[in-house]
Amino acid sequence: MNITDLTVHELKEKLEKKEITISEITKAYVDRIVDKEKDVKAFVTTLTDTALAQAQEIEEKVKKGEVTSEYAGIPIGIKDNLCTKGVKTTCSSKMLENFIAPYDATVVEKINSNGMINLGKLNMDEFAMGASTEYSAFKKTCNPWNLNKVPGGSSGGSAAAVAAGLVPWALGSDTGGSIRQPSSFCGVVGLKPTYGLVSRYGLVAFASSLDQIGPITKDVKDSAMLLNIIAGHDEKDTTSINIEKKDYVKALKNDVKGLKIGVPKEYFGEGINSEVKEALERAIEEYKSMGAIVEECSVPIADYALATYYIIACAEASSNLGRFDGIRYGYRTPNFENLKDIFVNSRTEGFGAEVKRRIILGTYVLSSGYYDAYYKKAQQVRTLVKKEFDKAFEKYDILITPTSPTVAFDIGVRSNNPLEMYLADICTVSVNIAGLPGISIPCGVDKTGMPIGMQIIGKHFDEETILNAAYTYEQKIKFREKYKPEFK
Amino acid sequence: MPREDYEVIIGLEVHSELSTKTKIFCSCPTEFGGAPNTHTCPVCMAMPGTLPVLNEKVVEYAVKAGLATNCEISRDSKNDRKNYFYPDLPKSYQISQFDKPLCEHGYVEIETENGPKRIRLTRIHIEEDAGKLNHDPYGRGSLVDLNRAGVPLIEIVSEPDLRSSQEVEAYMRKLKSILEYIEVSDCKMQEGSLRADVNVSIRPKGSKEYGTRTEMKNMNSFRSIVRAIEYEVERQVEVIDNGGTITQETLRWDDVSGKTFPMRDKEDAQDYRYFPDPDLVAIRLSDEYIQNIKDNLPELPESRKERYLNEYHLTEKEANILTSSKYLSDMFEKASKICGNIKSVVNWLLSDVSRILNEKELEPDQMPFNAEALAELITLIDKGTISSAIAKKVLEEMFTTPEKMPSKIIEEKGWVQISDEGAIKEVVLQILSQNSQSVADYKAGKDKALGFLVGQAMKLTKGKANPQMLNKMFIEEINKI
Repeated sequence: MNITDLTVHELKEKLEKKEITISEITKAYVDRIVDKEKDVKAFVTTLTDTALAQAQEIEEKVKKGEVTSEYAGIPIGIKDNLCTKGVKTTCSSKMLENFIAPYDATVVEKINSNGMINLGKLNMDEFAMGASTEYSAFKKTCNPWNLNKVPGGSSGGSAAAVAAGLVPWALGSDTGGSIRQPSSFCGVVGLKPTYGLVSRYGLVAFASSLDQIGPITKDVKDSAMLLNIIAGHDEKDTTSINIEKKDYVKALKNDVKGLKIGVPKEYFGEGINSEVKEALERAIEEYKSMGAIVEECSVPIADYALATYYIIACAEASSNLGRFDGIRYGYRTPNFENLKDIFVNSRTEGFGAEVKRRIILGTYVLSSGYYDAYYKKAQQVRTLVKKEFDKAFEKYDILITPTSPTVAFDIGVRSNNPLEMYLADICTVSVNIAGLPGISIPCGVDKTGMPIGMQIIGKHFDEETILNAAYTYEQKIKFREKYKPEFK
Repeated sequence: MPREDYEVIIGLEVHSELSTKTKIFCSCPTEFGGAPNTHTCPVCMAMPGTLPVLNEKVVEYAVKAGLATNCEISRDSKNDRKNYFYPDLPKSYQISQFDKPLCEHGYVEIETENGPKRIRLTRIHIEEDAGKLNHDPYGRGSLVDLNRAGVPLIEIVSEPDLRSSQEVEAYMRKLKSILEYIEVSDCKMQEGSLRADVNVSIRPKGSKEYGTRTEMKNMNSFRSIVRAIEYEVERQVEVIDNGGTITQETLRWDDVSGKTFPMRDKEDAQDYRYFPDPDLVAIRLSDEYIQNIKDNLPELPESRKERYLNEYHLTEKEANILTSSKYLSDMFEKASKICGNIKSVVNWLLSDVSRILNEKELEPDQMPFNAEALAELITLIDKGTISSAIAKKVLEEMFTTPEKMPSKIIEEKGWVQISDEGAIKEVVLQILSQNSQSVADYKAGKDKALGFLVGQAMKLTKGKANPQMLNKMFIEEINKI
């Protein structure tokens, strides 16, 4: 048995049967990180030094009954834009290279109160802006399926770490696809919950009206379990909704008979790789064979989603990132004569090119004289996108699309072409714009052996239905048994 | 063109700090003072990842202010971000309200030379205060204190309805008293909890178009507001009379030189890029919520004035002055209740107390002693423990040593009135023996001589002898001679 190959629900089972110990689990992961991190480069900060001691401590507490959570002693990796008290939170930016938050994000508090063990902070595109993790100021993370390829982004470190077995599961954040697209590229399961299901408190904001924290896991059951841990109202985030807590694991019924599935044709047009299209078509056939009712449908406004997304996301980012001004924390330029120099030079030197590009774009669309033509118009389109999805969901329970138009691309090929990089988000952004839940699960590999992702989109706060649909498909095709990343 | 031929147009943006216990978006205390950065938390220090949570009390207080100034209350309102860089603004945006303020279309009434006048309010909105920069006097840089960052403010914007510095002062005083009455702000101008941006322009009388305006920011005393307006109007008249034009700009009033200067930062060219704050949900108010606040609104100056006229039979003038400040009015009611002598409390407050406040350039709310002290002073007079003359001296002391009650002051100073019959008799006999001529004069029918004798006795006792007793005893003793 190889511990780092197991899912969390498998680990839990073995812990319950006392076949393994908490310390053994952590030790296996620490060894794996020591062995493989140099190839994958998934972490900004590893906590391998403290993890073992922490595991022993938790083990003691469990014995004494001080920690009763069923997840006690389960390791996890955390995307480096989630604040962790006492551990650096860099957002993979020079701006926050040495920043240690004085508080824990709400989701991190939940991780800690469950006695889980943080193995480290995972690499990402700087401030979550990017689709390949190449825009990290510190390192380029490699795709475990082919080390010459990107892991996707912005949660590329999280997806690569889960795929490579460096962590059993991880937390990511998704503003326009940043959980789903890297999960697709790395052949793992990534869930972006409905906007408002998970507290954003402590997530360093990129675009406040789109950001959502979610799980990246080896399989769907783990995804449901991690969602159980992190979902819930938080009075520190007024955009988090106060609804009854659900058990998402219970939603996994392994049955899609009668499930109404819409397949929006706009997501299968030009620019979608033919092998991706074929994989999706095969998946759709599987659903039919399992008794689901599948129909082609249309969400016409989807064509405008990418433009809308980049206007809204950049507008909010331009304001959210204003606080990085060199005054209170983070990078301050050594080159200044006056106040303006501190602002201008700290930001010029502290931010990378993509972040600056988006701040400039966002500042422009909010400027007087342009606001109505861009930001206001984008908000109107946003309302239309929501309405069209609402309309589609009057007829269907879920929608199925590719997660990304392509499989993982080579490191370096798109990093200097922002527009091409933005196209990697084309299938995912409208889900954020409409605030819907979306999950990406692997549905095959292309000729080169790179995984292909399928996106399942659900109704607001109906994570249960998409999790069950994903689970039922996963049980049928057993992707993990057939395909593994190359270096194992 | 002479000054009188110009019409002065003034509009105000008044900022008032709300007296909620906690800040607008976190639970830090709003208390003034405190060591730098002690009233702070990750939220008001704008740590990455933190989120604002709107304090419901702030909405309630703003709605109160809106209702007390005859505004329409918006059922559907929101918060917007105003983006600009400054070291005292930790998020690099201020959460304010842009196109959907909580309150709109109100008015307040002021008294002018030509009778009452309505000043229209454009809007009242809620926003957060910024922090404060402490500049190192040795030029080694500036330090940021974020204690004030996130303290709730309302901004009250008037229409350009004010026509003179006198009207501006009356308007400001009226707003201050309303805010004090409804207890949403302590309006301490010296602590910056009430301050105004003053927009001034002039135009030839009869003209329909407005002239170009200038703005003087952060004015926080009535005196400097009046002086600044007078100066700025003169300046604008002079510029126009000399064939120049007024530039739209932000000015800084310098109280020492008595002049305005253009502010050199580029604020004017700034584009704040307002947009709805995505971290906060819309503010939706129900009719019931608004009605409930309306029903529980405290007594406002107008109705209190009516009560003073009808119940206490004060004169119009007395009632006006007392109710112009909630502090003064509360003082009057409380002291009257304790000592039971309404007439006397009014007289002391409106004569001697007001005189000393004027001399010291203090506002009523800066009166250092409380109602209990004033009531005790009046009771001491009424009981004959001290004379009115001594009481005036005690009042002066109350301003300098407010921690001491009047009884303590007179005891320490030995100002207790001599009312002991034996002691008075001794004094009377001594004065009579030294002034036989005056005794003779009095007996010869010159009543004035009695006054002289009483005066001598007062001199001897340093004003402490009970004058009524002296009078009586002198007559008795002279008759015995």
